[in-house]
Amino acid sequence: MLEINKLHASVIDIENSEILNGIDLTVNKGEVHAIMGPNGSGKSTLANVLMGRPDYEVTGGDITFQNQSIIDLAPDQRAHLGMFLAFQYPAEIPGVRPWQFLKSALDSKAEATGEQKMSVRNFSKLFDEKVQAVGINPALVKRSLNEGFSGGEKKRNEMLQLEVLQPTLAILDETDSGLDVDALRIVAEGVNSMRSPERSFIVVTHYQRLLNYITPDVVHILVNGEIVKTGGPELALEVEKDGYKEYLSTSEVTA
Amino acid sequence: MTNQNTISRESDLSGGEYKWGFVTDIETDLAPKGLNEDIVRLISAKKEEPAWLLDWRLRAYKHWSELEQGQGEPQWAMIDYPGVDFQDIYYYAAPKGTSEAPKSLDEVDPEMLDTFEKLGIPLQERAALAGVAVDAVFDSVSVATTMEKQLSELGIIFCSFSEAVKNYPDLVQKYLGSVVPHSDNFYAALNSAVFSDGSFAYIPPGVKCPIELMTYFRINTEGSGQFERTLIVADKGSYVSYLEGCTAPFRKTSQLHAAVVELVALDDAEIKYSTIQNWFPGTKDGEGGVYNFVTKRGRADKNSKISWTQVETGSAITWKYPSVILRGDNSVGEFFSVALANNHQQADTGTKMIHIGKNTKSTIVSKGISAGQGNNTYRGQVQIMPGAENAVNHTQCDSLLVGDKCGAHTVPYIEVRNPTARLEHEASTSKVSDDQLFYLMARGLSEEEAHHMIITGWSRDVIKELPFEFALEASQLLKVSLEGAVG
Repeated sequence: MLEINKLHASVIDIENSEILNGIDLTVNKGEVHAIMGPNGSGKSTLANVLMGRPDYEVTGGDITFQNQSIIDLAPDQRAHLGMFLAFQYPAEIPGVRPWQFLKSALDSKAEATGEQKMSVRNFSKLFDEKVQAVGINPALVKRSLNEGFSGGEKKRNEMLQLEVLQPTLAILDETDSGLDVDALRIVAEGVNSMRSPERSFIVVTHYQRLLNYITPDVVHILVNGEIVKTGGPELALEVEKDGYKEYLSTSEVTA
Repeated sequence: MTNQNTISRESDLSGGEYKWGFVTDIETDLAPKGLNEDIVRLISAKKEEPAWLLDWRLRAYKHWSELEQGQGEPQWAMIDYPGVDFQDIYYYAAPKGTSEAPKSLDEVDPEMLDTFEKLGIPLQERAALAGVAVDAVFDSVSVATTMEKQLSELGIIFCSFSEAVKNYPDLVQKYLGSVVPHSDNFYAALNSAVFSDGSFAYIPPGVKCPIELMTYFRINTEGSGQFERTLIVADKGSYVSYLEGCTAPFRKTSQLHAAVVELVALDDAEIKYSTIQNWFPGTKDGEGGVYNFVTKRGRADKNSKISWTQVETGSAITWKYPSVILRGDNSVGEFFSVALANNHQQADTGTKMIHIGKNTKSTIVSKGISAGQGNNTYRGQVQIMPGAENAVNHTQCDSLLVGDKCGAHTVPYIEVRNPTARLEHEASTSKVSDDQLFYLMARGLSEEEAHHMIITGWSRDVIKELPFEFALEASQLLKVSLEGAVG
């Protein structure tokens, strides 16, 4: 589904700002991959580069999604292909209601893929269902998108979007940060209920905590823009116990 | 006719951005170019006006000539343009064959109906279904009025200004110039001298007008100025919502538009006046476009309310300050505005709230969007007179910048002469942020859709004040007007 080959990326227009130093990663259909790493290791950058954030520039390597190179595609085109990024810091958009925003997002995708747009009635039904499912306060979704939302409410709102848009690849960028245990469980339940042989997830996280609820198929440790170790779910538990120290020193030695 | 050729060539130049750039092929009855006393007399004679009105026009003309020979056009606004040659303009143009107004839609020139169709005016049954009465002004003479009968059963008068002069001369004479005197300013004086037609509405005491009254204006004759005069009188305890929307055909030469709107809200009455202004803004390079110099003012008597809402996306130059004179105790004035200046457009717009009565209250919400090399200025005056005990004003002035070559300016004038007054002024300037754009695009919206969503969301406080069908149109207009500003 997703293949990342020797991916290098820097901050745009800044010399010697390389953050990703040759990442290789393959995510197959139906798999859940966790990407763990210390602060500043480049894991958020990787999530954003995958979605095409214009602040970064791919300086080498390639990303293919569904057998198509996507590095020259705009973020909206990637979304139309079925990619989704749950943001660590979702932007606040005054005056735009979540309902309207999600309907437009679905319509844009339908238009791009030549599908029929969902009727307002069907969409309203779907929306209300999902609002209940992710446990977001129904009063909130009548307000401006993310404006005045608490950290936890913003994350639930990201999950709402995930549930409505039903992507084939969902990238969660530290969705667990700032969540209490109850909210964490809701996020995990959302992801678990959406797991299917046709859908893959990349879960970016600093702590193992979220992985108590979402069991990954594969865990990668990212340090200084490189994947230094790949393993099964047990790898996350090791990190939880020993921290990233071991990998930091390895990386420094190889650098 | 040559018009058709002209237009197809000009449309090519525009790259098709201005969607409503077509010209209707209708024979026009033109007076010679230029302005003098004879032209004023001719206009008045063509319209078979009573002597008092001719006299009023002539006084206005005299005042205007003095101003023109003195200081000339007002220079204080933050707008830059080559000036207007007032002797190079047609002051009277009427579609031929309409000297006898059509009695039904069947009598209206089919091509004209087609024009209205393209503009999306719900003139036929759609109008009744939508609950809208349309007084369509085509250049200078009204060609069709709908639902007049239904309204007249309630005693509501809604007709062209010319008809009002003929049929309700007492009302017109009593209120014409009572809010905007013929000597008020340069453009108001010009309008008073040469105004061609416009709309008139009168709502009798205690009557709530059951439908939105609506007028579309359109400038159609090359080089012709259009000078509408609108007068709305809401008698004691009545209510009316009035919609004014306009698009103009594509033009390369600049066209002058100087309208006057007078609102009279008697005791306990309420007038809601909504405008969408979408006249040709000029080409991307700043060539052509409408010069829009408009005087709009309302008089609010005891316990009455006047509310102005405007969405200004068109014109090369917008010079417009819809105002309220709060002369009655407990009267309320409101001004909600979104003004967009893209490419080389210049907008200098705002309001005046003059507090005279006790416990008067005014609210100003102004949203200025600047894109391309556009320049947007908010100019507002809040004046609290000595007798205005406990007056309250809240002003909110927000500017949004799209790109890095545009400008936003805020010029508030505040004059307080009563210590019990309470005034608040909030102002902000922001840019469409990259984070917002990426967020929306990552969900599948194109860059243009994302910009549009951010900007209409930002303007929502104003757009929600518009009647529903107008709100959709306004949002659509913002989108069309911003095309090319993004990327």
